[in-house]
Amino acid sequence: MKVLFGGSNTIPYRTRLYLAIIASALLLLFDSFTSVSVQVRSHLNSIASPIFYIANAPRDLALWMSENLATRTRLIEENKRLTKEIMQLSGKLQQLEFLETENTKLRALLGSEVRQSAKKLIAEVMAVDSQRHRHMIIINRGESDGVKEGYAVIDEVGVVGQVMSVGGTTSRVLLFSDASHSIPVRVERNDVRAIVEGTGALNSMNLLYVTHNADVVIGDRLVTSGLGGRFPEGYPVAKVVAVDFDRSATFAKVSLEPIALLDRLRYVLVLTDASLVEKVDGE
Amino acid sequence: MGNEQPNRLSLIALSLFVGLVLSILPMSLYSASFRPDWTVLVLLYWVLALPERVNIGSAWFVGLLLDILLGSPLGAHALACALIGFFTAVNNKTIRHFSLPQQTLIIGLFLALYHLIVFWVSYFITDLPFSPSYLLPVLIDLPIWMLLFRLLHWYRNHFQIR
Repeated sequence: MKVLFGGSNTIPYRTRLYLAIIASALLLLFDSFTSVSVQVRSHLNSIASPIFYIANAPRDLALWMSENLATRTRLIEENKRLTKEIMQLSGKLQQLEFLETENTKLRALLGSEVRQSAKKLIAEVMAVDSQRHRHMIIINRGESDGVKEGYAVIDEVGVVGQVMSVGGTTSRVLLFSDASHSIPVRVERNDVRAIVEGTGALNSMNLLYVTHNADVVIGDRLVTSGLGGRFPEGYPVAKVVAVDFDRSATFAKVSLEPIALLDRLRYVLVLTDASLVEKVDGE
Repeated sequence: MGNEQPNRLSLIALSLFVGLVLSILPMSLYSASFRPDWTVLVLLYWVLALPERVNIGSAWFVGLLLDILLGSPLGAHALACALIGFFTAVNNKTIRHFSLPQQTLIIGLFLALYHLIVFWVSYFITDLPFSPSYLLPVLIDLPIWMLLFRLLHWYRNHFQIR
């Protein structure tokens, strides 16, 4: 009789198991300790992307149907609401543009660096990782759209995470709630610097390295500090929900709640311009 | 029968493929932590039913596909799948003689082991605190296995996969 994948029936199970264990161990070592594996993964992701498109098809169909079978009145209502929203947003945008130029001028006067706004690429979430301790999503943008590893990903309200590996037409985004992810932040109110670390739970994060005398109170908003160069400055990350100044511990224990709705992501923005900060010479 | 064999194998592969697609079907992150291990359940069924055809090698390969699709360290799921594939293949005759509820418990045990291995491997690579909730999918897997076992049994008989 034939076996599904390679090998003849004469090899005993035990030998096969040993082979499998050795192969897995080698793969794990290769994947974790060599840099070639990044490229290998990118190729593998490209090969696997059709499966993601297939897995996405039922949802796309359902969305397409709900969009196409929407009633006329509902569409008109939505249209009105969106028009209103656009009016409000473009009103704000006018002011923002003014403030941005003013800010650039002031920064130039001070001789400090000028911030450049990043280009944003809209992406759709295709899949969500199912493992409990790994928070990742797959988006439908990849190398062909100019996405690169390490790019920041946000949604309409706040930071979502960063691009972890890139395939041809898809990429994998590590959410900042993942236990292995950290973001340098500062408190919006008073610029206290700290680091947000994921805990592996979707709705809670920890704030690290907050001293006992630091001015951090419940309700404080944390924004990216731009330190570390991964995340551009000023995007909202999380809100403080609990502060515990336990004197016996080295640092205060601060619990956070993400601002972006990490469990309900559908569209996200990839900030595609990595050179976010540019030096201004002279002046 | 001889020239039909490749066709039968592709039917097994097809069921595994459906399992893989179900494993990455978009779900919200909250519900995703309760997602049944579709691929592993389908895989275990075939190892149980046709251990001469689907065993450790195929289990390892399917695990590798899971690693690629789920973005886990390459080899983590492969190792876990190969190990529980081995236990199922070795104890295949015993498990097959159990009643469905008993069999389901054994399968549940294997699945718990599977999740633990995946966790241990991830733990070696990135330091993670263990939470018993990592084993939550196993609870969902048990009733799913009872249904899936009947469904795949019908599938196997209907297409005469031997």
